[in-house]
Amino acid sequence: MEWETVIGLEIHTQLATKSKIFSGASTAYGAEPNTQACAVDLGLPGVLPVLNKDVVFMAAKLGLALGATVAKRSVFARKNYFYPDLPKGYQISQLEHPIVEHGTLEIELEDGTSKTIGVTRAHLEEDAGKSLHEDFHGQTGIDLNRAGTPLVEIVSEPDMRSAKEAVAYMKKMHSLVQYLGICDGNMQEGSFRCDANVSIRPKGQKEYGTRAELKNINSFRFVERAINIEVERQIDILEGGGKVIQETRLYDADKNETRSMRSKEEANDYRYFPDPDLLPVVIDDEFINSVRETLPELPDQKKNRFVSEYVLSVNDASVLTSSRDMADYFETVAKSTNEAKLTANWIIGDLTAALNKNDKAINESPVTADMLASMISRIQDNTISGKIAKEVFEAMWSGEGDADSVIEKKGLKQITDSGAIEKIIDEIIANNPKQLEEYRGGKEKLFGFFVGQAMKATKGKANPKQLNDLLKAKLSG
Amino acid sequence: MHTKTIAQLSQALGKGDISSEELTQQFLNRIELHDKELNSFITVTADLALTQARAADARRKSGEATPLTGVPLLHKDIFCSQGVKTTCGSKMLDNFISPYNATVVEKCNAAGMVMLGKANMDEFAMGSSNETSYYGPVKNPWDLAAVPGGSSGGSAAAVAARLTPIATGTDTGGSIRQPAALCGITGLKPTYGRVSRYGMIAFASSLDQAGPMAASAQDAAMLLNVMAGFDARDSTSVERDVPDYTVALDDSIAGLKIGLPKEYFGEGLDSDVAKVVDDAIKQYQALGAELVEISLPNSQLSVPVYYVVAPAECSSNLSRFDGVRFGYRCEDPKDLEDFYKRNRGEGFGSEVKRRIMIGTYALSAGYYDAYYLKAQQIRKLISEDFVQAFKKVDVIMGPTTPSVAFNIGEKVDDPITMYLSDVYTIATNLAGLPGMSIPAGFGNVSGKERPVGLQIIGNYFAEDKLLNVAHVYQQATDWHTKIPAAYS
Repeated sequence: MEWETVIGLEIHTQLATKSKIFSGASTAYGAEPNTQACAVDLGLPGVLPVLNKDVVFMAAKLGLALGATVAKRSVFARKNYFYPDLPKGYQISQLEHPIVEHGTLEIELEDGTSKTIGVTRAHLEEDAGKSLHEDFHGQTGIDLNRAGTPLVEIVSEPDMRSAKEAVAYMKKMHSLVQYLGICDGNMQEGSFRCDANVSIRPKGQKEYGTRAELKNINSFRFVERAINIEVERQIDILEGGGKVIQETRLYDADKNETRSMRSKEEANDYRYFPDPDLLPVVIDDEFINSVRETLPELPDQKKNRFVSEYVLSVNDASVLTSSRDMADYFETVAKSTNEAKLTANWIIGDLTAALNKNDKAINESPVTADMLASMISRIQDNTISGKIAKEVFEAMWSGEGDADSVIEKKGLKQITDSGAIEKIIDEIIANNPKQLEEYRGGKEKLFGFFVGQAMKATKGKANPKQLNDLLKAKLSG
Repeated sequence: MHTKTIAQLSQALGKGDISSEELTQQFLNRIELHDKELNSFITVTADLALTQARAADARRKSGEATPLTGVPLLHKDIFCSQGVKTTCGSKMLDNFISPYNATVVEKCNAAGMVMLGKANMDEFAMGSSNETSYYGPVKNPWDLAAVPGGSSGGSAAAVAARLTPIATGTDTGGSIRQPAALCGITGLKPTYGRVSRYGMIAFASSLDQAGPMAASAQDAAMLLNVMAGFDARDSTSVERDVPDYTVALDDSIAGLKIGLPKEYFGEGLDSDVAKVVDDAIKQYQALGAELVEISLPNSQLSVPVYYVVAPAECSSNLSRFDGVRFGYRCEDPKDLEDFYKRNRGEGFGSEVKRRIMIGTYALSAGYYDAYYLKAQQIRKLISEDFVQAFKKVDVIMGPTTPSVAFNIGEKVDDPITMYLSDVYTIATNLAGLPGMSIPAGFGNVSGKERPVGLQIIGNYFAEDKLLNVAHVYQQATDWHTKIPAAYS
């Protein structure tokens, strides 16, 4: 039987506020355990939450960017359950009246088409702390630094039909929240993580199958692998005559498997009710307009502009606008060099390869936009060839200085003096009479041999076009 | 000095007739002498009090005193007080030393008041007799066989016996007014949002409100001046100017329209209480007030609504008492579930557990709409009754409680009857309105006098009007000056 995969994602995005959602404690990552948890975060007797207004602003920004409804009135509710790293015994979240509803996000598929994914809702909530099971010899440590960190949970419609679509959606959302400046996007630190609801159904069937919820997936690679492995598991069950049960499953990246955490029957009754310590969040058109004014150019708008303004292919524009940092990098270089296509090639090619190889983000690149721009200028003014530029780039990457000093130090300046090139060609021809004879006898493939010899002799610095022209003339006698 | 009001003490301190240190020592001596039998204090902070008193004396000398600088007070043990054990009447918090001050405590400290200690109370403010306290019941100074009421029973008994000149209390369904009535003192529950709840251990967040418990309306006004005001740390506190509550105390009440809800004078009201309330209302007539019969048609629903809303909120509010970060922790738990069950099972008393269970049930999937949501809808109707009433009248009066203080042990096994002792006070909390109880006379049980309270309910933020109405009565009568013989 042919199966269709149905996926919906819940993405937890940590909002880039300075202080927590309901207290003044810092949200900075990596502090000593429990040094960034104040009385409110600790859930001491008598403390009360006070809403950080920045989170409302950020959530509204997201809502507008998703073309969603930003609710004029949203309500915080308590989600009650016991866990040691949940200090109050409830999480403050939003249930019936979330701040954002009915949005969409467009994703690009591998075949070049695009698809609209529905965003059901996005609601504000506080993060829990962390349980530390290592280093405590049979006991559990609790670090509450993360408790009260603001999150917006973005819930999609079950609109994705493959792991690849899910990854495309997650990447697009990851890019969007960074464009908006509402999330640092740091997945290692857990600033952007997702749960995936996965089910399968026979192709053509309308009703959804029973879904499993895969918890806390914190990389694009894992989301794809986790979904694929879960789909295989569900197919095996159904084709073996079994039934998928509704449950929460954990993806184990080391073993590349999903395993059951709890079934629907074991699920908590969260006893949601409106939090009486917090007033409903009421905003007006004036506020929403003030948020709208702060919206930056969004990825799709930027992509379209890159196509028209820089005459790039849709594909190149799409890659370059996949993150705001990359788009900014590109624009800095392209504006300075007036060579958009060449700039795009360098960024998508050598720069991205080097970044990936060294696991660096573009804003951590040792080759800054200005450095790349001046290198490309040297290609343009014929100081170096494109081929030599690769050597210059590598040297800049290793910290050997900017393009000009690398060219100078390594003597990579292109030889454009015709006399000098002719002299070298004459020597090569004189030293290879046999090859010359064969070439003149019709073995034109040997032209490459002469080019190679000439490049070897000039250490690749001969201007390629000049060399070609002169060599052709000399060889034909 | 102990028979003086804080208005008089403020004057004496101002003139230098007595130092705060001497005054504080006198009250500490009275506590030492009498509180073994009354049990109104959980903690006596003698050293801290004397330190604060000396600081207050210095401040008086420097000329930077407030009216209440150097005046001793007692805080209900529901208010977090930095460096001092804060138990909320529970074994759960028997080991809890608060690392911070509640806003109310902070404000009293800033005014230079002297904290004598922390008052006994029903566990987590759940009770109407002070019998649910882990620290044992408080006795009523008028009759040691009687309860003082609750949950602010320690505060009420201590003021009644003049072990403190004044105290703070909190009121979720009558917990200031009912013990004030049963102990013969003046208690005021302000409008919801008037006094900050920050640092006040939550029972039912949408109902809890702190207020003064005092020997007179004038004293209550003076303490409310200190307690009231917007607090950025409490999102439900209201950003609204605080008037000087002492300014309008003596205003004439000629022409005042007093609403008498017929529902508050019907079945269930004891005749001795009815008689006292009747006399008090006649006194008001004599002072120039007009009486208007009104109806609060949904008031009979307030007890059932309250016993859905308050337990629902408390079931969530009390989840933080899990033994993880503070509070009671059991020995050698088997696993996480055992750890939770025993921390909470052993740390909470039976009334608290009963309410957590009621509330958990009311919020459960499948029951939420029928209980919690329905209760919230009726709550709106109850509020609407008052809105209609205040179109016709300035204040509403009636009994604070259906009977005088009952005996210790009398209702402890009958929660429903116990819950009904708050039948006249609960609606005020559900509507968020201010309410007061002032002493108006006595009933009689087995030949012993037990006080009766007159309840006065006002419109939103009409605390100044309530205090004025109460003060004028107290100028014309002397019920509020009565002190039980053993403590006079």
